[in-house]
Amino acid sequence: MDILPILIDWSPYILSGVASTLGLVLTALGLGILLGLPMALGQVYGAWPVRAVVGVYVWFFRGLPILVLLFLFWFGIFPAIGLGHLSAFVVGAVVLGLRGAAYQSQIFRGAIQSVGEGQMIAARSLGMSKFTAIQSVILPQAMRIALPGWSNEYPNILTDSAVCYAIGVVELLTITSRIVTQTHMTMPVYLVAAGIFIILNYGGLKFLHGLEKRVAIPGFGTGAT
Amino acid sequence: MNDNDIVLRVEDIHKSFGGIEVLRGVSFDVRRGETKVFIGPSGTGKSTLLRCINQLTPPDRGRVWLDGEEVTNSGARINHFRQKIGMVFQNFFLFDHLTAVKNVELALLKVRGMSKAEAREKALTELRQVGMEDWAEHYPAELSGGQAQRVSIARALAMDPDVILFDEPTSALDPELTREVLEVMKKLAKNGMTMLVVTHEMGFACSVANEVLFMENGVVAEQGSPDLLLNDPRFTRMKDFIGRIDSRMSD
Repeated sequence: MDILPILIDWSPYILSGVASTLGLVLTALGLGILLGLPMALGQVYGAWPVRAVVGVYVWFFRGLPILVLLFLFWFGIFPAIGLGHLSAFVVGAVVLGLRGAAYQSQIFRGAIQSVGEGQMIAARSLGMSKFTAIQSVILPQAMRIALPGWSNEYPNILTDSAVCYAIGVVELLTITSRIVTQTHMTMPVYLVAAGIFIILNYGGLKFLHGLEKRVAIPGFGTGAT
Repeated sequence: MNDNDIVLRVEDIHKSFGGIEVLRGVSFDVRRGETKVFIGPSGTGKSTLLRCINQLTPPDRGRVWLDGEEVTNSGARINHFRQKIGMVFQNFFLFDHLTAVKNVELALLKVRGMSKAEAREKALTELRQVGMEDWAEHYPAELSGGQAQRVSIARALAMDPDVILFDEPTSALDPELTREVLEVMKKLAKNGMTMLVVTHEMGFACSVANEVLFMENGVVAEQGSPDLLLNDPRFTRMKDFIGRIDSRMSD
């Protein structure tokens, strides 16, 4: 049997798997920024209880294998807090996002701390509140500094997302495995899945590198002054 | 002159860092339109003194008034006072992600609440004051040190401050760039800007300062007109200090 007709027959399912995988990744990345950035700000500017809470959070989510986290939330934590009805997709995206937030918070923290202290001093000397200074001076610089490191999160989460297979999210790897079971063509089908992952990876990174160039400022952050 | 001429009153400022008392009771009044120059050996608290005035470094003891209102212990109102106390730093501290004109605009937009058009016009006017209007759209990394410092002066001027604090504004610049910054400062002094300047530029001090304050060991050791401190035989400590600098330079 040839691989091509199989691919054509299954293409709607494959595409839905791609959509599901991208859905997981984009939700997780978004959640990661939404939680990771405030956590970073809390760690840099917050009082000690805030820093302690963030510290424990980061320690927890970076300390456990992704599969353990998924099982923990899918079988344990979410049902225990009355969220047992959530779909596997939502749980998968949220767990990837919560874990991503732990990593992203550290990327943002490093970036915020690498903005020269003179920037804050100058902003305050003009009468800006600390909040305005962070918003208008520190973050625009920190986000640019963070972007190259942050871009790493895309391939990380994309490849991690395949683990959601284990809790029954119908993503790319799940679809692939079903095709394999139906057609008994193991290698060709997994190679196609690998190819799709590589293309998604390439496309996303291409986009992020483009973004880096678009927001670049002459002589800033690149070290090329 | 009466008390109404006094823009800034500094009274008995003390500041310690890690048990070492850097400022040990500094007091002076600044009259509107006056230029005071602070000189003295490194580590005698001159820069700390400037930062105590706008509370970037809150003093341990002592008080500061601006136009009769107390700046020290003013809580959240400190942001109101800082708008009126401009500051220019040794290392410029321009906002690295913004063009020259946007550096000047930012506080006008975010603090003064101006419209974009108003802020732009005001920023360009201030850049013209310091001869930098042709560089308005350039980023800090594209400017020489002297140009960057002139932009930072424009940024301070844009807030229409009552007084500007200059913290060694030319110490990071070579002689040629120092000259262009000093020219701008001389022009400001002539136009009646009130300025406190920490510097090692004796030429500037002698030609522009209404009063020179020679600081040593955290106190004002001698103070008076440049002419007085340099020529009156009763004053010796500043002359000694300048002599030491001169002999080091000619080594």
